[in-house]
Amino acid sequence: MLVSVYRYNPEKDEAPYMQDYDITIPGNKDVMVLDVLALVKEQDPTLAYRRSCREGVCGSDGMNINGKNGLACITPISEATKGKMDKLVLRPLPGLPVIRDLVIDMALFYKQYEKIKPFLVNNTPAPAIERLQSPEEREKLDGLYECILCACCSTSCPSFWWNPDRFVGPAGLLQAYRFLADSRDTSTEQRLAELSDPFSVFRCRGIMNCVNVCPKGLNPTRAIGHIRNMLLNQQL
Amino acid sequence: MVNSVTNLGRSGLYDWVVQRLTAVILALYTLFLLGFVIASPDLQFSQWQGLFAQTWMKVFSLAALISLCAHAWVGMWTISTDYLTKSAALRFAFQLVCAGFLFVYLVWGIDILWSV
Repeated sequence: MLVSVYRYNPEKDEAPYMQDYDITIPGNKDVMVLDVLALVKEQDPTLAYRRSCREGVCGSDGMNINGKNGLACITPISEATKGKMDKLVLRPLPGLPVIRDLVIDMALFYKQYEKIKPFLVNNTPAPAIERLQSPEEREKLDGLYECILCACCSTSCPSFWWNPDRFVGPAGLLQAYRFLADSRDTSTEQRLAELSDPFSVFRCRGIMNCVNVCPKGLNPTRAIGHIRNMLLNQQL
Repeated sequence: MVNSVTNLGRSGLYDWVVQRLTAVILALYTLFLLGFVIASPDLQFSQWQGLFAQTWMKVFSLAALISLCAHAWVGMWTISTDYLTKSAALRFAFQLVCAGFLFVYLVWGIDILWSV
């Protein structure tokens, strides 16, 4: 199988380039893209990429696979090459600076995540055991808490490409809504006030690339819609 | 970093609501004009002038004209802050040209409406 990988080592390369590798997959099995990368790494140990859990939980190996962002560890090559030739093109997640090869600098992504205060704020006295939620209240967090911060969504979002310093991005906004929807959080008003500027939430133009690529099947666009409605209800 | 000093309402929510409300007004106005044209197969200049000579039509047209300007401003401002992020001077010049055109359209439109 022909595998074309984005290569860039700022210490020695003047510009990024694509390097082709001819990889033989043992038994011609339908392996995951991460397995193919391991075979490439055997052939060329200078290749750099992030990986950890290899089962779609840690979110380290987000990359652009044949033009679509996804996690290399849970994307089978059959899915990645569907409708295309027997070729795998691997690039780093778009829109963020490349540190080396497939490794990107996620500082801006984390800065936006930090901005939405991704933790429970509750200034009432803590109960003896824990803050309880009804099953219905807990259900509201489904589809939100599962995010693994792989950055596949934010780096596929044109609004995030244009204004990564001011638009929170789909991943951050999904988490913003996760805390807005939490019955135990008491800082809803302040959270909404911090999101009402023209950039943080309202840069979302409903392109829905985030929904298309999320490896966990989550829907940041819907969460952003909920935030808009909350902002509207607060102001009307 | 792109700033928001030139946007319509300093608030994303305000701009968002303005863009949606003006879209509804523009849709109603377009549908009404289309309906009028379809319902009058032998449309003559006198009928067209008669329609625009009525006060309610002037009010409706003015609402549509103001909506068009507000809607276009929010849209063009968004485009300028998406695509012209590298140079503040270029962005501001683009916004100035847009604002100039919209202002001329508004004044010219009012002039045309009240001359009927």
